[in-house]
Amino acid sequence: MTHTRQDTFDVAVIGAGMAGMAAALFAAERGLSCIQIGNGGGILFASGLLDLMSIHPLAERRKWGFPFDALAALALEQPQHPLARIDATSVRTAFNAFVAALGKAGLPYAPLGKANSDVLTSIGTIKPTYGVPRSMIAGVKALAQRPPCLFVDFHGLREFSARQIVSTLGDSWPAARFQRLQFPGTEAVPELYAAHLARALENVETRARTIDLVKPLLGDAQAIGFPALLGLEHSVEVHAAFEAGLGLPVFEIPTMPTSVPGLRLLMALEAAVATRGVSRRHHSTVDSIVFDDETATIGLIDSPGGERVVARTVVLATGRFMGRGLVADRGHVSESIIGLPVHQPTSRNEWHQRDFLDPTGHAINRAGLLIDDSWRPLDAAGNPAWPHLFAVGSILAHQDWMRSKCGSGLAIATAWAAVRQITRQLYGDCDKAGEP
Amino acid sequence: MANPSRIETQVLIIGGGVTGTALVRDLALRGVDCILVEKDDINAGASGRNHGLLHSGARYVAGDQEAAVECRVEGEILKRLASQTIQDTGGFFVAVEGDDERYIADFPSHCKRSGILVHRVDVAAARELEPALSPHTIAVFEVPDASIDPFRLSLESMAQARTLGARLMRRSRVIGFQREGRRIRAVQVRSMQLGEDVWIEAAQVVNAAGAWAREVALLAGASINMTYSKGTLLVTHGRLAQRVVNRLRPPGNADIMMPGGTVSIVGTTSTRVDSLDNIYPTTAEADLIVDEASRMLPALQTMRFIRAYSGVRPLVGSTGVADGRTASRGFALFDHDVDGIDNLATITGGKLTTCRLMAERAADLVCRRLGVAAPCLTAITQLPVAPECKWTEPGHAPREWMRTGQAETLLCECEMVSASAVDTIYAALVAAGDTPTLTDIGMRSRVGKGACQGAFCAVRAVAHLYQRGDFQAQRGLDEIIDFFAERWKGQHSVLWGEQLAQAELMEALHCGLFGEELRGDDMHGLCPPALNGKVSP
Repeated sequence: MTHTRQDTFDVAVIGAGMAGMAAALFAAERGLSCIQIGNGGGILFASGLLDLMSIHPLAERRKWGFPFDALAALALEQPQHPLARIDATSVRTAFNAFVAALGKAGLPYAPLGKANSDVLTSIGTIKPTYGVPRSMIAGVKALAQRPPCLFVDFHGLREFSARQIVSTLGDSWPAARFQRLQFPGTEAVPELYAAHLARALENVETRARTIDLVKPLLGDAQAIGFPALLGLEHSVEVHAAFEAGLGLPVFEIPTMPTSVPGLRLLMALEAAVATRGVSRRHHSTVDSIVFDDETATIGLIDSPGGERVVARTVVLATGRFMGRGLVADRGHVSESIIGLPVHQPTSRNEWHQRDFLDPTGHAINRAGLLIDDSWRPLDAAGNPAWPHLFAVGSILAHQDWMRSKCGSGLAIATAWAAVRQITRQLYGDCDKAGEP
Repeated sequence: MANPSRIETQVLIIGGGVTGTALVRDLALRGVDCILVEKDDINAGASGRNHGLLHSGARYVAGDQEAAVECRVEGEILKRLASQTIQDTGGFFVAVEGDDERYIADFPSHCKRSGILVHRVDVAAARELEPALSPHTIAVFEVPDASIDPFRLSLESMAQARTLGARLMRRSRVIGFQREGRRIRAVQVRSMQLGEDVWIEAAQVVNAAGAWAREVALLAGASINMTYSKGTLLVTHGRLAQRVVNRLRPPGNADIMMPGGTVSIVGTTSTRVDSLDNIYPTTAEADLIVDEASRMLPALQTMRFIRAYSGVRPLVGSTGVADGRTASRGFALFDHDVDGIDNLATITGGKLTTCRLMAERAADLVCRRLGVAAPCLTAITQLPVAPECKWTEPGHAPREWMRTGQAETLLCECEMVSASAVDTIYAALVAAGDTPTLTDIGMRSRVGKGACQGAFCAVRAVAHLYQRGDFQAQRGLDEIIDFFAERWKGQHSVLWGEQLAQAELMEALHCGLFGEELRGDDMHGLCPPALNGKVSP
């Protein structure tokens, strides 16, 4: 890796949520030297499902079976939407690269096709999504065909009731059954946490005892659903052992955050960026950024010696309010690090609808940074704020990822497109790695 | 109507707020058979949407001495007989620079005139006791204000009435009156849950419907001159003061901050409204409260607020008053003789602090008409503690959790509500012939009232109720959606800062992951994508 100047990175990514991780990953894969600042706490809130686009337009609640068709419609009807700025081939390439990196890091996903999949959630609703962890894919098939199926849960796991899922599905899945079990060794414990059980199942003996508890209950079941807790780092091994031990397809059901699939995703992405040589400052926050003609100098706090990081480009992937990329007082939404102008409704009275589930969504969720065609956030005059500053992910304006079900797609595709732009800007038309 | 069932009773009470429940208890203690019908739930109106302030009376000393004395006397009775519902925090009256010097100077003598204990507190000493007070504080007086839990008060009044034979019909709306000359022969009541009607034949009918009293009276053919004043309050995340803090000035906007367990409650506003529909806190009201109350308590400018709520005060016998604040806060008892009805009375208006007295006056009228000689007992009888009613108190659940050695499953981690608390509440409602909802449980406990506003605990509570077999089919999803619709009314006006991030998390979970906003579309008629209609070329 050749740095243009000693200690000057090609890219500094600020933020370690899905978009920041994707940006760091793609930058490293293109051979750019990269430093990433911020902790990955936000990913803990992920479900493990990688949404691309299912609902558009929101007001019609129109649901799309094929996300790329939805994106094509979006491009025509909402050209300001960040995902409308990226061609389908790039989106596909970005997703494939992201999922391939997760697979290499021990978190395999089902092959990405053309269609969205319907996934059963822990409260019995059905969520359309695009990228499905391999540990959940048998559930997609079971949901489509509704064969005799056993849903299992455990005493003390408060937010998950197999009985609730079966009862909610009701007549639409008459051959579904439920069973609540005592997880081995937890007899006197009133509250259990999925992450602890996931870790416990990595112990071969505990795993065998759990499988032995389920075996006599199989009956005519053709598939078995569990809350998403079948292993943590070694989830592939744990899932395979359950399928082998029970002799049936086994699937996980995504649960309320912070969830085991979120934890796995965080661990896999941290491993993926680490193995690609990304420098990380997990515990640091950005205090200041000073831009000059060539570089940006980023002051860090909570970093030994009040470190300064120098980089030729900066990717802002700080997220929205949960991620602290945007902050709001009673009258105004601001960007938290640089003070970039935020596109927003004129007054707080317009931020939210009176009905929480209003199908058009809340106006505040479409507030965010405006960008040019090169993913550079705009200043108050409508020009790029800095030539070497880029913004990706949910901080961007004109999107509502929660309602469109496009959160991961927004993160992955915008990160990919911005990193491509950065590579071009720094090294000309070709990737630094020599790819076209 | 095909054979609607008929029920007989001596007295039908319409409205399950603090007045209606105090009245049903009063009459039950006198041996009178009663039915209370409530269109929604206990304290669903202004009774559950106020400060929870047990007035010492000091607030009224300058403008309304009679009200001040009433408050003092009634406050003392409730402190003695319903102490489980009261935190005797004491109260400060605080003036800041710019407040009316004359009002400040007259305050102690006005208090003494009404028999209210008052003493001046040195400003520096007061600021040591309550560090949140403004550095611009110029005068502080201490009075015996206290905090009262109106939910527990009403629930326990109803619970005692029930043990004496009174009946409660929740979610039952009065839709018509059958007259016979100068008498109401029967009242038509519709169950909102079942859609079925019953006719209740009562010798006497009392309209205690609060802000809805005018509508009920009109239905019976009587009229009441009533106006509506909307008041909004904000709930902080964290408690800012130990005592009740009142602004020492004539009653105005945002001049009271109440302690409420782990939070503080600040308000109110007063806006004349013409309709009882679509009452929710607005962003303008929230801003007004923060700006005005922060003159007394500057930390409110940077405080995180977790929710807001609005109630409508029924103001009787006032016309042409601009903002409703100067209209009478006293109560009114109408016997409706002039309307040509001999067995209807309306009791409305008034204050939380004087609800017992209002009930006594109404019960006296009813008993006189019935020829019942038994005297009122509520001024000398303890309000019994009912085990299923204790969970409304902030801080009770955490204490219980510490006491039980933490061997309990907690469904709500913000307010530490255990599964067994939910079970107790559920069982009590079922025992009374009710079908409890998640919203009912929220009203009777702290579920949904902490920082997460139910985002997590509602999911856990529903999972728990399904697991017990209490919820079936799609009901839990319906309940979650109803619960959030209700909570949201109180949230959208205070979403800035930290709480905006909290709301985003709630939406990420309930819309982003669970897709609750898509419910009702094709959640279950799903087909494989190839058959999904929007087919790929």
